[in-house]
Amino acid sequence: MMLEIAGLDLAYGDAQALDQVSLGVPERSIVAIVGANGAGKTSLIRTIAGIHKPRAGTISFRGQDITGLPCHRVCDLGIGQVAEGRQIFPTMSVQENLEMGAMLPRARAQAKAAMAQIFAMFPRLAERRVQAAGTLSGGEQQMLAIGRCLMGQPELIMFDEPSLGLSPALVQEVFNAIRKLHDSGLTIILVEQNVALSLAIADKGYVLENGRIVMSGSGRELLGDDRVRQAYLGL
Amino acid sequence: MTWSLVLNVAVGGILTGLVYGLMALGLSVIFGVVKVVNFAHGEMMSIAMYLAVLAFATLHLDPLLMIVPVAAVFFAFGYLLQIGLINPFINRPEHSQFMLLIAVALIIVNGLLMIFGPDARDAMVGYAYDSLQFGPLLVDKVRLYGAAAALLGSAALFAFFRFAPTGKAIRACADNYLGAQVVGLNVKQLYALTFGLGTACVGAAGCIMVLLVDVTPTVGTAYTLLAFVIVIVGGLGSMAGALIGGVLIGLSEALAGLVMDPSAKSMVSFALLVVVLLFRPQGLAGRRA
Repeated sequence: MMLEIAGLDLAYGDAQALDQVSLGVPERSIVAIVGANGAGKTSLIRTIAGIHKPRAGTISFRGQDITGLPCHRVCDLGIGQVAEGRQIFPTMSVQENLEMGAMLPRARAQAKAAMAQIFAMFPRLAERRVQAAGTLSGGEQQMLAIGRCLMGQPELIMFDEPSLGLSPALVQEVFNAIRKLHDSGLTIILVEQNVALSLAIADKGYVLENGRIVMSGSGRELLGDDRVRQAYLGL
Repeated sequence: MTWSLVLNVAVGGILTGLVYGLMALGLSVIFGVVKVVNFAHGEMMSIAMYLAVLAFATLHLDPLLMIVPVAAVFFAFGYLLQIGLINPFINRPEHSQFMLLIAVALIIVNGLLMIFGPDARDAMVGYAYDSLQFGPLLVDKVRLYGAAAALLGSAALFAFFRFAPTGKAIRACADNYLGAQVVGLNVKQLYALTFGLGTACVGAAGCIMVLLVDVTPTVGTAYTLLAFVIVIVGGLGSMAGALIGGVLIGLSEALAGLVMDPSAKSMVSFALLVVVLLFRPQGLAGRRA
């Protein structure tokens, strides 16, 4: 397993956000974590990233215990994140935003080459490299968030609601980009409310409800499961 | 009242204002990034003023030469203060941050009183009363040199934030705290660097200030307030605003001293603050929240 989580507990004050969450992410897989709003998906991502400190449980990355490590150390191990709401730097230029992604010790040397690659991948960003990132459209900001994450030379990328607020055509484009990144050898964790689309490209899926994993299986199995179809696909 | 007198006073005020600007820049940078108001800002400056006076009295070092070493010491001081004392308060309510920094200010004032006593001290450099003549304009050398040094210091800080990777990373933290965590910036360390830079500014400003005013242990409180007024007039969190506000306050103080009475200068500064808050609450160069 590339990433292994066992018995993870997270609480905000008295509110339990994650309750005994255990899951595994194999190398080069796409793992989807689906669930309703408030189920704990973002909390899970941010706990893995080291932004929240868990109350109990362990997170290990390639056999190394990373529980409680600060976020800059977690990122430097190659665990990148495309966060919910993009979280770009609005007053900084597109290029500066990308540079910030490569401040990690692991990524600094390759920053120039990586930026050229990202501009080739998203030509829109190249056109707008000196523009303030806050003036980009939602779709462009999502491309920027993905590009900024790639600047950090990640080996595992956690996508948190990448389709949120995008038009169907753009959603398709983002999912294509995710699939391409997976084909190039990256491991993906995909957190989504768009259950149908994410389970369709996932090797493995987990269903999160009230901070607990209530179901897991291959993407195809979950898509065929009656409870999933009823609760999340409205079928 | 002749025009040349008004011109002379105005230019003097603008030059003093640039030194105020450097001082306020420190407060602005700390507030803009760390979101903590350094209520011990002026008191910290009084430490720098004493260091410069001491270096002049014992080693006959020009206070302007003390700018770099004092700024370096202040950087380290601010860095450690942030890591050790202020960081645990970052997520606490504002009033407890306020209490913490007021406590720091009180400790500084009383520490200076214990060490130096209550009497005013100064650094009488050889050129203290010299001036340069440009046509009708007569400029004090201390003010001109001081303003040039302040401008240089501010320009260095602007360049750092614009071009240096670490400076950009600090801007990123100010722009989007969560975003900075997401890309793996070491926010805690960047905050400490920022606090160090802010205190380095005020340390540099203090070295310049001893050329213009005497120092007493209690002089700092007035400058904390002044820096606060400048930053609000210029726009909280805006670096250019701190300089603009500094120049404006320096100018208004000087003109108030000429037109009304030297003791009325603070009144005019506060009147300016009220006017700005009424008509442009985000400050002159500030962005609307």
